[in-house]
Amino acid sequence: MTSIPTELRYTKTHEWVKIEGDIATVGITDFAQKELSDIVYVEITALGKKVQQNDPVGFIEAVKATSDIYAPLSGEVLEANVNIHKAEGDAPGVINRDPYGAGWLCRIRIASSEEINSLLDHNAYAELVKRSEHH
Amino acid sequence: MAKQTPFYLKHLAAGGKMVEFAGYLLPLQFRGIVPEHRKVRTTVGVFDVSHMGRIMISGNDALRFINWMTTNDVSTLAENQAQYSVMCYPDGGIVDDLVVYRLKDHFLLVVNGANNAKDTEWLKQHLSGDVKLENITEEVAQIAVQGPRSESCLQKISGIDLSTIGFYGAATGTVSGVEVLISRTGYTGEDGFELYFPETQAIKVWDEVMLAGKEFEIEPIGLGARDTLRLEMKYCLYGNDIDQTTNPLEAGLNFVVKLDKPDGFIGKDALEKIAQEKPRRRLVCLEMKDRSIPRPRMAVFARENKVGTVTSGTLSPSLNRGIAMAYVAREFARPGTELELEIRDRQAPAMVVTPPFYKYGSRKK
Repeated sequence: MTSIPTELRYTKTHEWVKIEGDIATVGITDFAQKELSDIVYVEITALGKKVQQNDPVGFIEAVKATSDIYAPLSGEVLEANVNIHKAEGDAPGVINRDPYGAGWLCRIRIASSEEINSLLDHNAYAELVKRSEHH
Repeated sequence: MAKQTPFYLKHLAAGGKMVEFAGYLLPLQFRGIVPEHRKVRTTVGVFDVSHMGRIMISGNDALRFINWMTTNDVSTLAENQAQYSVMCYPDGGIVDDLVVYRLKDHFLLVVNGANNAKDTEWLKQHLSGDVKLENITEEVAQIAVQGPRSESCLQKISGIDLSTIGFYGAATGTVSGVEVLISRTGYTGEDGFELYFPETQAIKVWDEVMLAGKEFEIEPIGLGARDTLRLEMKYCLYGNDIDQTTNPLEAGLNFVVKLDKPDGFIGKDALEKIAQEKPRRRLVCLEMKDRSIPRPRMAVFARENKVGTVTSGTLSPSLNRGIAMAYVAREFARPGTELELEIRDRQAPAMVVTPPFYKYGSRKK
């Protein structure tokens, strides 16, 4: 079964967002990591930059495909997960194993808290995944 | 509506992530592409290849007919031998690549699943003399057992002495009591076999192979690893690396194009001309010099000039490097040539290398 924690918010492009004060931690969902499979490389190209909501902030390479990561919210990309960012070897595989925990990707300082309302909640995202699984 | 192979429920039970491919629901992967890839390179894995098209050709003129339709020389085949080949259009473009088996009283053509209907139609259009064509795809199940331990695994349940079957050799006999055609063929670069048997016996054979392979930790392998395994060997995939707009000479398939076989073949005149003038481009192997991963349709550059296009690309699980097959202009096809791939917004360095990418396969020669 695809895991979708209730306490997180989501995007249509399968990122998850955890909001703590004005900091948003971003990763890809369990559904996304399953779709990609075998993740081998991650780069947060927007590290240190200001981005608008839905701008690409980086990309994920899996064996069979490359996928962009999009900013769920506008703001400054403060930090990338040093354990996996541009890492060699098996390190990026943690995204497959623990997408909501150790496999987080980056942190953004939220520029506009109003945008948070545009994110999907658990139920809306579960509905999206259900449609994607039965396409 | 996508069709199911006889092994569909087996794939579901094994946790296969199913996708539509060549009109069938097939497993893209089970445990993951990389572990499945390594399984085949180190021990043994099983592929459901029932989606492949199987066409039986018989009659007194069968050999003459197949020799006209394909570029390799069928007359050199002894009974129970197979050969890799291609079918071409008159302009030298490729209809399909295939394996031709010469069996006791008929020939078997094994074609790409996605091209099965097209190929059958193409063959039927050219039927002449005493030739009978029967598409037996639906009645026959096909599996590939691949990896260095494939012979040890299959010998346990096989009534045939497998050591007597050479590379691209075939035999008929029993595997777990079921009549099969078995050949030492595959698409991985490892030693391995392909088995053909009645669709009604499919589950029985599958279960027996899995049981025999238990001591080697045999696993089912999905399409994802099938693709990375074949790419590491520079085996062409129709639709990616070859199609009707490419010819076998530029694709490096010269070894199956017999321009001097006695009665000619469809596409011979065009290919003869291409051979004389030399192909303008060649399908080469590219290995990335940094960590980037090439993907199909990426542009290939030499300095500022576009000189080619990637047709297949992946991370090579064996080399842990990005690898690609690409058509490049002839002047840039020599191994050692340094080129760049346009990846995202930058130029990533790559080098033309000698195939195969993976040089330690257990495949018999």
